[in-house]
Amino acid sequence: MKLSELIDKIDAVVISGDHKLDLDIERIGASDMMSDILAANLGTSSMLLTGLTNVQSIKTAVIAGVEAILFVRNKRPPQAVIDTANSHGIPLLTCPYSMFVTSGRLYAQGFTGLNGLR
Amino acid sequence: MAALKKSFQLKSRDFIHAGEASISVQNMLKQIGIESALIRRVAICAYEGEMNAVMHGENGSFRIEVNTDKIILDISDEGPGIEDIAKAMEKGFSTASEEYREMGFGAGMGLPNMETHSDRLDIESEKGQGTRVVMRFSLSPGSRENKTGQSA
Repeated sequence: MKLSELIDKIDAVVISGDHKLDLDIERIGASDMMSDILAANLGTSSMLLTGLTNVQSIKTAVIAGVEAILFVRNKRPPQAVIDTANSHGIPLLTCPYSMFVTSGRLYAQGFTGLNGLR
Repeated sequence: MAALKKSFQLKSRDFIHAGEASISVQNMLKQIGIESALIRRVAICAYEGEMNAVMHGENGSFRIEVNTDKIILDISDEGPGIEDIAKAMEKGFSTASEEYREMGFGAGMGLPNMETHSDRLDIESEKGQGTRVVMRFSLSPGSRENKTGQSA
């Protein structure tokens, strides 16, 4: 599903990376522990769902090859973190729901976990 | 091909810049045409090691060497050392500070992740003497997707 379409399912807004909204997302990982994301057997076309808004969430995405980040509960990272995401071409989104509800809504849309399983 | 080497100094508890050495290594491996699955494994090990050295260490150093048959990551620090290496290897065991946990690390998965993603992990450490973590990755002829852009 394209990022632009995914946004509507969870009432998300784009923080940065407007030009990346045609990215196709298939797999989603939800965690505040970055080692869990790094440990996952990642495929392509993946997104990170997290409440962690510091710069390490961006670097974890870069290292793990995650292509987009969605922050839950309307969280927004500081500008320096947004700048880092922009420099690596990673779009940032935020949505009003909790990690649990956001995950449930996205799961219902057919997304898999980072390892491709449901 | 001559070995390709690069080294970085790591600043203790500089969480703003932590991870930059690993991202630089990731880019370097892309440029020399290493296959993406192997780059991913090296980058994950580099990042976990870099974060550990920044968190726990003093005067950290981070070196990568790419030879014809292997990639070596060598990360060392002059920090407090690891008292019980076997214990430190257990999933979930952590001595991380609250500050480190707030960064999304310190769940006791760093060393296990490094062991999983490298072909060989060696840890030298003594309490009060710092820590050295060396990770090796085998390079087979198929590990290079192309030969362009190589530099010594």
